[in-house]
Amino acid sequence: MQDLVNVDVRKLKIARPIPYLQIAASFVLFVFVAFIVHAFWVGAIEWHYVSDYLFSAPILRGVWGTIVMTVCAMAMGILLGTSIAVMRMSANPALRWAATGYIWLFRGTPALLQLLLWFNLALIFPTISLFGYFPVNTVRVMTPFVAALLGLGIQQGAYTAEVVRSGILSVDRGQMEAAQSIGMTKLRAVLTIVLPQAMRVIVPPIGNETIGMVKLTSLASVIQYSEVLRTVGDVYYANSRVIELLIVAGIWYMVIVTILSIGQSYIEKYFSKGWGHPTQGAKALPDGPTAMGMA
Amino acid sequence: MRSILQAIHVQKYYGAFHALKDVSLSVARGEVVCIIGPSGSGKSTLLRCASQLESIDGGVITVDGEIAGFHQSGDRLMPLSDLQVARQRQNVGMVFQRFNLFPHRSVLENLLEGPVRVQKRDTTECRKESMALLERVGLATKAAAYPNELSGGQQQRVAIARALAMRPKIILFDEPTSALDPELVGEVLSVMKELAQSGMTMVVVTHEIAFCREVADRVVFMDGGAIIAVGSPEDMIVRPQNPRVANFISAVL
Repeated sequence: MQDLVNVDVRKLKIARPIPYLQIAASFVLFVFVAFIVHAFWVGAIEWHYVSDYLFSAPILRGVWGTIVMTVCAMAMGILLGTSIAVMRMSANPALRWAATGYIWLFRGTPALLQLLLWFNLALIFPTISLFGYFPVNTVRVMTPFVAALLGLGIQQGAYTAEVVRSGILSVDRGQMEAAQSIGMTKLRAVLTIVLPQAMRVIVPPIGNETIGMVKLTSLASVIQYSEVLRTVGDVYYANSRVIELLIVAGIWYMVIVTILSIGQSYIEKYFSKGWGHPTQGAKALPDGPTAMGMA
Repeated sequence: MRSILQAIHVQKYYGAFHALKDVSLSVARGEVVCIIGPSGSGKSTLLRCASQLESIDGGVITVDGEIAGFHQSGDRLMPLSDLQVARQRQNVGMVFQRFNLFPHRSVLENLLEGPVRVQKRDTTECRKESMALLERVGLATKAAAYPNELSGGQQQRVAIARALAMRPKIILFDEPTSALDPELVGEVLSVMKELAQSGMTMVVVTHEIAFCREVADRVVFMDGGAIIAVGSPEDMIVRPQNPRVANFISAVL
């Protein structure tokens, strides 16, 4: 034990040692990044091709195709996923089995395989009809857009169903009971009371999956859907500037993902209404733990 | 006197566990019945069956003369649809131990949810009525607040107002003060007392013996899933006749 009796404790100063380790790590990082940047700078990349094509009409059409497919496939996935999640938690065993089977089937096979199956559906069903009525030619209907939408949207539904289900499970059982006690049916209680609260838990993984979907749409290039990867491919087959055009595609993916990430944080803020710290104007209350117990 | 709530030979099982054993109880209009007893004695289960949050496995529960959850067809009881059950529940208010306010709705919206969105009553009228109810529980200034900005006692008072907003025929209280810090229990009990004096029919599962003694018309003692004794507060709390009741009362007082 040190003797502090004869020391004026008020005069002792807390030292701030120099963070050598942090400085060293920063230096290594700087060198590494500089090396990569330098490599790309001196590499055989004709950067003017990147700037020339970044905003060219065919590339922009491809970007648009990627955005449209992402939005449509996610919308379909969320709609299907929410229905499947509610079905999976239903009291009706037939609905539960149907939902479980759906998730098992569409989560169990690769997205690329499903895209190819939809696109080639005409091989087994040359015409599609509703019990013999309204017959249509399958090749006509199963355009690259429709095949990609079905393939991506349906399998997204299987993943989203699990996300929505975990969100619903995260809401306290008492919420359902309180909703029922004021005369709501189960379905109505789920839709107006449970799901809005589940959104808090659902939005972050859905945001994650949306970002995944932006990139998953590139699979649709194999069935001739014109999204960004396919359009840059069309260009570099003609001019052989492979890396330059792949960089163009990369830049556009980064732009889309960045915008989506910003949007996600706004959506999260919206659904966190009523949680977290009391808003301004509200008085801080002594029994925080009890109040937070609700959330 | 007309019965608002009647339980007749009610049986309830959770798997092999016999939670309610041939329970019969009748609550008259304007009556306040307090149910006491050790934990796991079936008090809350009885309330939850009466509010149809749990199904029963035998006997009948009626609310204002109507069989809860079933309609009679000859000697059979046919289950009602989800919608019909929801309609019946509107007559039975429920106040939960853990308040269960809707955290994503403001205090006023919590009150309006039932009358406006479920009962489809006039919005302006409901708004006026709900503000009056908040005034009554002393929280008119908190109408725009969210539940997590309120203390436990305030939340439970909002929950009582939410139940009242449905204009129920009876309100069931499931240990309404058990989740509260001790200093907040009084404000909730005083709201409940005022409610009892105003003539509301109430069934209260509680451990607040003093409240039972002061407010209850009758006290029910349950143990092991059965009603052991029923009587006036005088006979049940002040001078308990039944030895099991006497034991319980002396243990909690």
